[in-house]
Amino acid sequence: MNFFSQVAQFLTTSSNWTGTNGFLAQLGRQIELSAVAVVAAVLAGVGLGAFLGHTGRGSFVVLNSANAARAIPSFALVTLIAIQPGIVRLQQGGFVAAAITMFALAVPPILTNAYVGVRDVDPAVRSAAVAMGMTPRQVLRQVEIPLALPVVMAGVRTASVEVVATATLAAYVGVADLGFNIFAGLDTRNNAETFSGALMVAVLALLVDLLLAGAARAVTPEGTRRTTRAARQRGTGLMWRQAAARS
Amino acid sequence: MGVVASAGPIVQWSWVSSERSMIVSLLLQHIELTVIAVAIGLAIAVPLGIFAWKMPVARPPLIGVTGLIYVIPSVALLSLFAPLTGFFSITTAEVALVGYTLLILLRNTIAGLESVPADAQDAAQGMGYTPLQELMKVQLPLALPAILAGVRVATVTTIGLVTVTAFIGQGGLGQLIIQGFSEDFNTPIFVGLVLSVLLAGVADALIVGIQRISLPWVRRRRLAS
Repeated sequence: MNFFSQVAQFLTTSSNWTGTNGFLAQLGRQIELSAVAVVAAVLAGVGLGAFLGHTGRGSFVVLNSANAARAIPSFALVTLIAIQPGIVRLQQGGFVAAAITMFALAVPPILTNAYVGVRDVDPAVRSAAVAMGMTPRQVLRQVEIPLALPVVMAGVRTASVEVVATATLAAYVGVADLGFNIFAGLDTRNNAETFSGALMVAVLALLVDLLLAGAARAVTPEGTRRTTRAARQRGTGLMWRQAAARS
Repeated sequence: MGVVASAGPIVQWSWVSSERSMIVSLLLQHIELTVIAVAIGLAIAVPLGIFAWKMPVARPPLIGVTGLIYVIPSVALLSLFAPLTGFFSITTAEVALVGYTLLILLRNTIAGLESVPADAQDAAQGMGYTPLQELMKVQLPLALPAILAGVRVATVTTIGLVTVTAFIGQGGLGQLIIQGFSEDFNTPIFVGLVLSVLLAGVADALIVGIQRISLPWVRRRRLAS
């Protein structure tokens, strides 16, 4: 039997989809893990990034440390956290270790984009808001953050795709998410099983990317659609500082 | 269950000194895997970038395909190629690693060529350069800062990714991570983590240095403005 029909057979066997370690349960765990990490990273990163972009103070240090943190391989971080006695003792230690690691992976792009988005708000718009009598807090909340939203969303999208893809590693520390079949197949040299698992993760990552591209369009304030197009075009240009440990 | 083993101090120096030669050879393997990946990536992406720049029709499919590779998780990508190129081979590791460098290098090559000032190209044509001479002596050199910026990102990314190729028996410093995890022992993981971060920092600084030396006009222009 050739390889691809083995894969097809694995994917069409209903017992591989159901049960505690079936694809459906795995998918649920992968999404849960990713959602926890990304939501936490949005809460931490958008606030801090917007504040830094608004005041400009301390941004050099924070952004450079965030950038340096990207060089930490997720694989090293997740295993290191997972073997700490305090984590091992927990009932869902693997999940906690993976969630912390995915959080660390998600924060830098979200933080950087929130900072850049707020910093790049047209100074004339900011002056107009101040002249209208808005307090600094109002300027940040009602003017800068809404105008920065497309850029912020781009950061959330990058982070989410990286997290959903990398969450695969959680299976190595005992969380049976979509990485489960990949590692199980590698252990038993069952190529078709590994390939099937990999295919599922790739499809999920692509779906998340498409979904968030749509969401980014939806949250863009009506009057700024043109700016967004310009931002997208910029997006096809240089890749400067996306250095990351996509591991 | 029951007794929770301690994973030991974060760094047990006696282990580091007794395993020194293994650590060094894994570090060298890590560097080797990275250099091969970025070099092959450049050899593919620069000509493709030139092609896509001359033929704008080819751009969306090229960016699309390389972008597709870029979103596939590394563990998954390795295992996608593994059945085709051998499960525990260096080829499999390199195919995946090169795959990830392509989007970054391709995009930066195209952006770099697009940023070449029209006056410079006019001047080259006025001086009677053939299209090939113009490409080699004017356009590519002027695109070099952008290409090297891509090399920086690609190198740092690859250094992180190499650790994951340990799952298929490659992986340089990634092998320390696997060892530490399977033995419940902090030191190897920590050493692997620190060395790969340091390696990324050194590589990044090295490429910035190359940029400064090989592109003196970039700095001069920046100083002038």
